Amino acid sequence: MKALKYLLVKEYKQMFRNRLLPIIFILLPVAMMNMVPRVATQEVKNLNMAVIDCDHSTLSSRLTQKLSSSGFFNLYATCNNYKEAYDLLERGDIDFIITIEDNFEKNLYRTGGAQVMVTVNAVNGMKGGLGNSYLTQIVMQYAQELNIEAGLSVKRPVKVEPRYLFNPTIDYKPYMIPALIAMTLVLLVGFLPALNVVGEKERGTIEQINVTPVGRIEFILSKMIPYWSVGIFIVAFSMILAWKIHGVVPAGSIPLVFLFNVIYIFVISSLGLTISNYSENMRQAAIVMFFFIVIFILTSGLISPISSMPDWAKEVTRLNPLRYIITAMREIYLKGSTFSQLITQFVPLCLYGIIASTWAIISFQKNN
Amino acid sequence: MSIVSVKDLKKSYNKGKTQALKGVSFEVEPGEIFGLIGPDGAGKTSLFRILTTLILADSGSAKVDGHDVVKEYKTIRQHIGYMPGRFSLYQDMTVEENLSFFATVFNTTIEENYHLVEDIYKQIEPFKTRRAGKLSGGMKQKLALSCALIHAPHVLFLDEPTTGVDPVSRKEFWDMLQRLKRNFNLSIIVSTPYMDEAVQCDRIALIQAGSFLTIDTPQSIISNYTETLWAVCSNQMHKLLNDLRNINGIKTAFAFGENHHATVDTTVLTIDSLKAQLAIMGHRNIFINEVEPSIEDCFMNLQK
Repeated sequence: MKALKYLLVKEYKQMFRNRLLPIIFILLPVAMMNMVPRVATQEVKNLNMAVIDCDHSTLSSRLTQKLSSSGFFNLYATCNNYKEAYDLLERGDIDFIITIEDNFEKNLYRTGGAQVMVTVNAVNGMKGGLGNSYLTQIVMQYAQELNIEAGLSVKRPVKVEPRYLFNPTIDYKPYMIPALIAMTLVLLVGFLPALNVVGEKERGTIEQINVTPVGRIEFILSKMIPYWSVGIFIVAFSMILAWKIHGVVPAGSIPLVFLFNVIYIFVISSLGLTISNYSENMRQAAIVMFFFIVIFILTSGLISPISSMPDWAKEVTRLNPLRYIITAMREIYLKGSTFSQLITQFVPLCLYGIIASTWAIISFQKNN
Repeated sequence: MSIVSVKDLKKSYNKGKTQALKGVSFEVEPGEIFGLIGPDGAGKTSLFRILTTLILADSGSAKVDGHDVVKEYKTIRQHIGYMPGRFSLYQDMTVEENLSFFATVFNTTIEENYHLVEDIYKQIEPFKTRRAGKLSGGMKQKLALSCALIHAPHVLFLDEPTTGVDPVSRKEFWDMLQRLKRNFNLSIIVSTPYMDEAVQCDRIALIQAGSFLTIDTPQSIISNYTETLWAVCSNQMHKLLNDLRNINGIKTAFAFGENHHATVDTTVLTIDSLKAQLAIMGHRNIFINEVEPSIEDCFMNLQK
């Protein structure tokens, strides 16, 4: 193990001598923490609608006004007939068509009920669904307003008043940020050491190392330790950025965040090393790594919740280390969960670490 | 006791389809420059990789510095220097950093063994802060040799050190090897595809398609050559080679630099009768003279 010190000196030298790497270590967390939480929002805003007002009455134009002043909808056009509006929808200019029936006002006064038809462009399912429910809410509110004005204090039979726990304003950022930290790590700590090891293979320098008394474990450690340290730096740096930029801080303990991330870093770097052991060159390693990363991210619950996946897919996500870290990070950040509450994430992550590192070491010995 | 001894070493790739080594045996004495000479794909690199404990042989045994290459590979790695055919030092580290890195992984320092590399390293020392990747071919090679020597190895393995190097640097390189042998009694095993470098070695093994054709000193390989050898040239060199091969009394003919070398049955042909025959075949400016055989001629003669 004497040589480890010198190997590490060499690795750090090479790492910081590389023109790109130190910049990436800083830039990627900055981009991830600064830009992505703003961009990757699932809030639906600025939906374009077209209104076909067949009534042209005070009440119908008040409804139109109310919709466009809600902040969710833009009044894109006022159309004369359905066909005109449908063309706009087909062109993708609008997401909704609101058709207010003829005699809307009259019917309201006379029968106490009138009809509004809502046509939704459901190409983007989430946008359509959420938009529709916002729209319904606004129309309902409007109906209630009218009732009050008319002196009818008809109470709705059931009044729903939601209370949002852990994230009272349903702000999207505290939900995304912990997951984004995990994603930054998979890119830097999963990808780079794998490429580094394959790079030595490709350039033939590993040959020269193999004829020295340097042991295999020493060699692997010398490749991993620099990236482990970079990983821990990135966690800390990202947390500071999240705090300074968005004011997002973990509700739970910070040491717990680090504990989980240290294990997670260990898991993904071992996975990366395993892939590098089976790769002949950097291109191969990068493609395989990329494949895994895409699958991992899409099935991690980062974008779509695991609970809404089909049952078989839920089971498949158990193979995804990202799932455990993202769940754990969100729990710590939003709910302030303690270690004992996160044991169901901790144990699989540790198991994964043991399996991945064993596999990495075995495949390293077999292939060199 | 020999410093390297190899017995019936076999190695195949692709599940036995490609036989790289078909059972080779040889001994290298301490303080000897031993040359492995043969064309590309003859099995030179495979043999080096087995001896430097990088790959395992299928069968046979090998000892380096008195240690078994399989069981005692760790001990061997302390005492050998290996210079692979491809430049494989860290290109993003400087000359000095590379040298001191390889010194430290062997648990030594540049100062401790400076006397070994001084002669070679002195030539690249003015560029010691330059990154290895930015060196010229000849300087890279000197650096690689320095790095292979810095831990005072007992045996030096050089895999095609002169491939892709200009003739002047090649000559220089061989002079360096000769000095290492003379001054430090270092045993050196070197492979090369260049037959003309054979005379630099104390003993050579001619290797072809995984087997040794012969192992001997270059001088006795040449003196064992019993054929009569003629150098032939004319104005139509390509046609000449085919024509020579069809003439009765010519045993073999092959291109050799700007001439063709032909081995002749002198009971059938004389220089004049060959000249006459070639003239009939339409050749002009014919020159024929008897030449001394070189290692390449011996190789061509042995491989048939």
